[in-house]
Amino acid sequence: MSDTHAQTVAFVRDTEIPPAPPPASEAGAVKWMRENLFSGWFNTILTVLAIFLIARFVWFAFPWFYNGVWDAASIRECRDILDGKTGACFAVLVDRWDHLLFGFKYPADGYWRPTLAFILMLAAAMPVLFSKFLPRKLMIFTALYPFIGFWLIWGGSLWVPLVVLAAIIVTAMIFRLVEGLEFGPRQILAGIVGVLAGAGLAYLLYQGATELWFISNSVSSGGLVAGLAALIFKVLSVFTFVMFIPMGIFVGYAIFQSAEDGGLVTIVTALFAIYVMLAYLLGPISGALNSVIPIELQAVPSRDMGGYMLCLILGTVCVSLSIPLGIVLALGRQSNMPLIKGVCVVFIEFIRGVPLITLLFVANVMLAYFLPPQSNFDLILRVIIMITMFSSAYIAEVIRGGLAALPKGQFEAADSLGLNYTQAVRLIILPQALKISIPGIVNVAVGLFKDTTLVSVISMFDIVGMIRGPIQQSTDWISIYWEVYLFAALVFFVVCYSISQYSQWLERQLQTGHR
Amino acid sequence: MKKTVFLGALTVAGLAASAAAAGTLDEVKARGKMNCGVTTGVPGFAEPDANGVWQGFDVAVCRAVAAAVLGDGNAVEFVPTTGKTRFTALASGEIDMLARNTTWTFSRDVDLKFEFTGVNYYDGQGFMVPKDLGVSSATELDGATVCIQTGTTTELNLADYFRSNNISYEPVPIETGAEAVQQYNAGACDVYTTDASALAAQRANFEDPSAHVILPEIVSKEPLGPLVRHGDNEWGDIVRWTLNAMITAEELGVTSVNLDEMAAGSNNPEINRLLGTEGDLGGMLGLSATWAKDALAVAGNYGEVFEKNIGENTPIGLARGLNAQWTNGGLIYSPPFR
Repeated sequence: MSDTHAQTVAFVRDTEIPPAPPPASEAGAVKWMRENLFSGWFNTILTVLAIFLIARFVWFAFPWFYNGVWDAASIRECRDILDGKTGACFAVLVDRWDHLLFGFKYPADGYWRPTLAFILMLAAAMPVLFSKFLPRKLMIFTALYPFIGFWLIWGGSLWVPLVVLAAIIVTAMIFRLVEGLEFGPRQILAGIVGVLAGAGLAYLLYQGATELWFISNSVSSGGLVAGLAALIFKVLSVFTFVMFIPMGIFVGYAIFQSAEDGGLVTIVTALFAIYVMLAYLLGPISGALNSVIPIELQAVPSRDMGGYMLCLILGTVCVSLSIPLGIVLALGRQSNMPLIKGVCVVFIEFIRGVPLITLLFVANVMLAYFLPPQSNFDLILRVIIMITMFSSAYIAEVIRGGLAALPKGQFEAADSLGLNYTQAVRLIILPQALKISIPGIVNVAVGLFKDTTLVSVISMFDIVGMIRGPIQQSTDWISIYWEVYLFAALVFFVVCYSISQYSQWLERQLQTGHR
Repeated sequence: MKKTVFLGALTVAGLAASAAAAGTLDEVKARGKMNCGVTTGVPGFAEPDANGVWQGFDVAVCRAVAAAVLGDGNAVEFVPTTGKTRFTALASGEIDMLARNTTWTFSRDVDLKFEFTGVNYYDGQGFMVPKDLGVSSATELDGATVCIQTGTTTELNLADYFRSNNISYEPVPIETGAEAVQQYNAGACDVYTTDASALAAQRANFEDPSAHVILPEIVSKEPLGPLVRHGDNEWGDIVRWTLNAMITAEELGVTSVNLDEMAAGSNNPEINRLLGTEGDLGGMLGLSATWAKDALAVAGNYGEVFEKNIGENTPIGLARGLNAQWTNGGLIYSPPFR
């Protein structure tokens, strides 16, 4: 029994106690720091150490940035202005800004051209990157962009890219036309195309064999390696000499035989059409059109390209070419047909087994030995082919990973719906496989973009080549170092980080809840 | 697959379209431009300026040859080459001549099948050390770490020198001069070794040049000069005698200032032969009579080119030294124009 009553106690609380603020050590910044920075003796030591390092870094770096000189004509003038203080010499960026962006040989009054091409490229990429939010019709601009971009950067007559575009359209029309042919006319066409293709191939092989013989003679002098190389070329040459007629007949016959199915005839006819148009009609037609209505920009040869522009050109072109090529290679490697599978496997494994820098040296140096002295096979084109081959092999393996991750049931479901191979791949397999492969593809793309700076070793003046050569080795800016490399790091970071952010956004967009 | 075949076929077709090889002189004349291989940049010797125009001591040789052949010192396509690509570029015919700080050595001349057409700069390999190190001779460098550019003759000379003096060292291989200086200044190596001219140029641009000394030992001979391919002696002669014309002009006192006056005729028969008012030296080379005058009109004689690009009044600040005329105790000497 209790004697305690309401009347006997002095105070009874009739309202709830207002919530007290948490103790100072359990709230706000203090709590956050205690939990995140000082949660144990080990983390405390690490925190103190980190703060010390950051402080040291800032102690050095801040005056360097803050005292930075932005207006000087040479490193000596810069030092005079600094007068012994620690400070960066950012004036080099101002002085050589154009060179860093466009290379030192691009005509100065044409800088607007690559700039415009870059802006248009962003515009052209939008419909592809954000296909869900933009009307599909904008893709037409994307398809036209390569021609616009080429004309703006390389210049020359507008009619050249226009005629190439026209040739592609005409080829597509021929493709459609042949596809729709009846069996009879198609067989006649297959006969004609078969004879032409067979004869053409035989002729090319014959020429190739002669050329190989010529090469074997030109490399034969020298040591053991040269002798071995000469022997290999001789064997290849003899082999081609023996094979060129049988190969021609075989290919011609194969094309004729395929009249029933139609696919091969169609493709070969289209290839023929575009080859004839580009090889024989491009020059005269665009020349004639240009003499009637001259629309010209000052032509800029490839070797005058440089700076960050060159990195962007190589990066964009190679990534956009190597993704489709990589898809084809990945599908080819999964193919049931031994020949196609074999070619794809050998290509991928060979390219992956060779360092990119070796391929670049081959593109720059070795090809010059093999090509006749006066032939001028565009250097940028050579480099683009090499980098594209390299990255497409990697992308093929990434996509193969995506394909392997798909359950077998997906393939079987596609088959059971009665879809043919193309339809199944296009509608069911690839959308899923590509979604899985996105992080890998982006990884390769970012790596590839940064690898474009490797062209500086074959004396092309991309941004790193510009820094290492003409800027660091000039009398004015002799041995300047951190300022220029930091700038290069910055511009690369901006692009690579944007790509990475986009890919993460895209992954979230395509998330369909399987995981 | 089909596409590969197609591209392959295109390549083969390209291969087949080989041109008949003519003499280099005819090719250059037909092209209207001479392709000259230069460095990707060596201060004072070859560097594009802020306007993208190539300047420098080696560049002047290219321009002089182009002027002698084509009458225009700007009719040059400068092809930048690295230490690794320079010889293949010349051997494959991508460039007509190479003027790129290249040391004349036996194996390059004989085994690589090039023809050195003279020497435009006598260099030698030296060592630079910080003054604090307290070293006054290269023989005291036992156990030192040495910054050295890879792929150059300096690398081999260094090994030879240290072996013959029976001292040990640790090499720090480096790709470019700028990197080497950065490493050296950061203390990554005790010694920086390269051609003495480059050492002097780099040191002159240090924040505190007096804190570094260049040791007295010059451990190698590095005669630098322009070179051409074996097998076209007419072209080699043109490059050789254009360089000789620049050297002779200095010896005879023909400068860019008095060139026109001299070309009008003088009392010195050799000047007259050089500038084409007497004899037919140009015709013998397959060039115009005023070839040497055209070459000299671009940048002047050897001495003027030296002073303008790397001389003591430039930031590079090199003394003539071995590169003075033979009449002044140097090695620069041209055979007579007769």
